[in-house]
Amino acid sequence: MKFKWLYLIGLAALLALGSYFLSDMGMKPKPELDLSRSRASENGVYVVAVAPEAEPIKLGELHSWIVTVQTPDGMAVEDASFEVDGGMPDHNHGLPTSPKVTENLGDGRYRLEGVKFSMTGWWELSFDISAAPGSDSVTFNMVL
Amino acid sequence: MSGRGLSVFAVLAVLGGILSGCGGEEFSEADKATIASLSLASLPAVPTDPSNRYADDAAAAAFGATLFFEQRMSRDGDVSCATCHLIDRQFQDDLPRAKAVGLNNRRTMPLAGVAYSPWQFWDGRRDSLWSQALTPLEEPVEHAGTRAGYAHVIAQHFADRYARIFGPLPDLSGVPERAGPRGTPEEAAAWQKLDAGKRREIDQVFANLGKAMGAFVRSIELPETRFDRFAAALAAGERPEGDAALSPDEIAGLRLFIGKANCATCHNGPRFTDDGFHNTGVPVVDGLPEDLGRQSGVLQVAEDPFNCEGAFSDAGPDDCGEFRFRVREGPHLVRAYKTPSLRGAAARPPYMHSGQFATLDAVVDHYATAPAAPAGQSELHPLTLSERERKQLIAFLGTISE
Ligand code: HEC
Ligand code: HEC
Ligand SMILES: [Cu+2]
Repeated sequence: MKFKWLYLIGLAALLALGSYFLSDMGMKPKPELDLSRSRASENGVYVVAVAPEAEPIKLGELHSWIVTVQTPDGMAVEDASFEVDGGMPDHNHGLPTSPKVTENLGDGRYRLEGVKFSMTGWWELSFDISAAPGSDSVTFNMVL
Repeated sequence: MSGRGLSVFAVLAVLGGILSGCGGEEFSEADKATIASLSLASLPAVPTDPSNRYADDAAAAAFGATLFFEQRMSRDGDVSCATCHLIDRQFQDDLPRAKAVGLNNRRTMPLAGVAYSPWQFWDGRRDSLWSQALTPLEEPVEHAGTRAGYAHVIAQHFADRYARIFGPLPDLSGVPERAGPRGTPEEAAAWQKLDAGKRREIDQVFANLGKAMGAFVRSIELPETRFDRFAAALAAGERPEGDAALSPDEIAGLRLFIGKANCATCHNGPRFTDDGFHNTGVPVVDGLPEDLGRQSGVLQVAEDPFNCEGAFSDAGPDDCGEFRFRVREGPHLVRAYKTPSLRGAAARPPYMHSGQFATLDAVVDHYATAPAAPAGQSELHPLTLSERERKQLIAFLGTISE
């Protein structure tokens, strides 16, 4: 008899644990996400850094980022062209807007306009970059 | 109580706590922040509308209110905006599909707080309240009128009021009673016969009428609800009591809404919407023409002569960000619809863009099963919700509707 009660308590504990994990599902950043804002592009052609023009980022508001593109040895990459994409991998949707690089600020710096994050969670922002050194892509993770 | 009785009690208490989502008083700091973000207290001031220089003009808004309730603003003199947007019904009509001159393919949307939304209609095919207002006026199943016809109505009945706000009306002698590019073939032909300058003058009058109505619709505010009083008490570190209290089931529903049921991902912020477009796998209504949602809406807004970048817009070059940076194509747009605000929703069935669901029970069933979309891909993941949890979610929706 006693054994049975222990079993029930164990079950309750399991349920409690289960509901804890369930309630956290999709709400917290994946532990392995690399949130760095400066990284090498996939094939190592560029080192790309991104920074919002104003922080903190406000949900639902259009805002701009500065994208800096360098070669691995630190030379500014001029006259690059960009394709921007992204979305929320956990939610099966893309970006709510279609951000565009609108200005070449010189020294390998570019203004990306029209960025909007419409909800909290894990977002990806990716760039296909083409310039004299070649074409390469890079993806940044953001958690809001 | 015997020892065994006690332990039964303890287990039941633990289980009860888990099953009810620990409906107790304790919220984590993160939960408190989320609750505050959903509260009306977090609602910023109504965003400006640079495309409408009359947006905050009181005389224009008052004139817009008159036009909103004016049945002469229709082909047969029997339809106004208020035919479908009923003032005592949250500015909607409780029907699965709107009805006026004919039957609409979509459900009438409530109007409180719409000024915050960058896109209007279920598919966002308009980008301002003034360009929105012009659409039903020429819709064959709605007001069914023509822009020349409306200019005549204004000249006949409202010439002074119009002139005080917008300046004198153009000369309409020789302009047919019915002429407009979106009318019947005869009306469209009559429109084409007018010279370009006259057409332009009438378009300007038409745009101005939209701007007046937009100024009125802009002023319709969201009322405070019990949930907002609850959130205010919570934020002040007080115990929510009286008309600020939520029942344990309502609190459990709130926890589900912001937690495991993931509702607050899309239904976020003080209006419970992200102002975005999502495919949630809502079924098609038999017999209706194909409806691709945002996929076609985004093409239509680009073609609208009254959009933010059009000739009748008052916006400067940097004022049309949402339009300029709109997502133009992609698989995510197929059958994606604007996330509706959930404020007031419990009190105004049916639900979804064509009234597909008659009750909140049906809505919650839909979210639990997350069926495949009829076209495109649903963004939803199935949810495991007990009978009790479904009731709790619905109970929570009640607290933002009263
Ligand atoms: C026949 C009924 C009917 C009439 C008349 C009508 N509407 Fe609507 N309204 C609707 C329907 C249906 C929708 C959604 C249509 C869609 O998405 O295709 C809607 C949507 C809207 C929206 C968009 C709200 C949002 O959240 O996107 C606004 C604003 C609006 N109407 C204002 C007006 C104004 C102003 C008038 C008068 C000029 C008017 N309506 C006349 C039925 C009507
Ligand atoms: C992926 C984004 C998303 C998520 C997550 C989501 N919704 Fe929705 N919701 C929408 C969209 C989009 C619509 C309109 C869909 C349509 O009409 O086709 C909608 C419609 C509704 C409606 C109908 C409102 C009306 O006026 O017609 C209710 C009620 C609702 N959602 C409640 C919920 C609840 C409860 C949850 C959590 C279980 C939830 N939603 C999760 C996006 C979402
Ligand atoms: Cu998302």
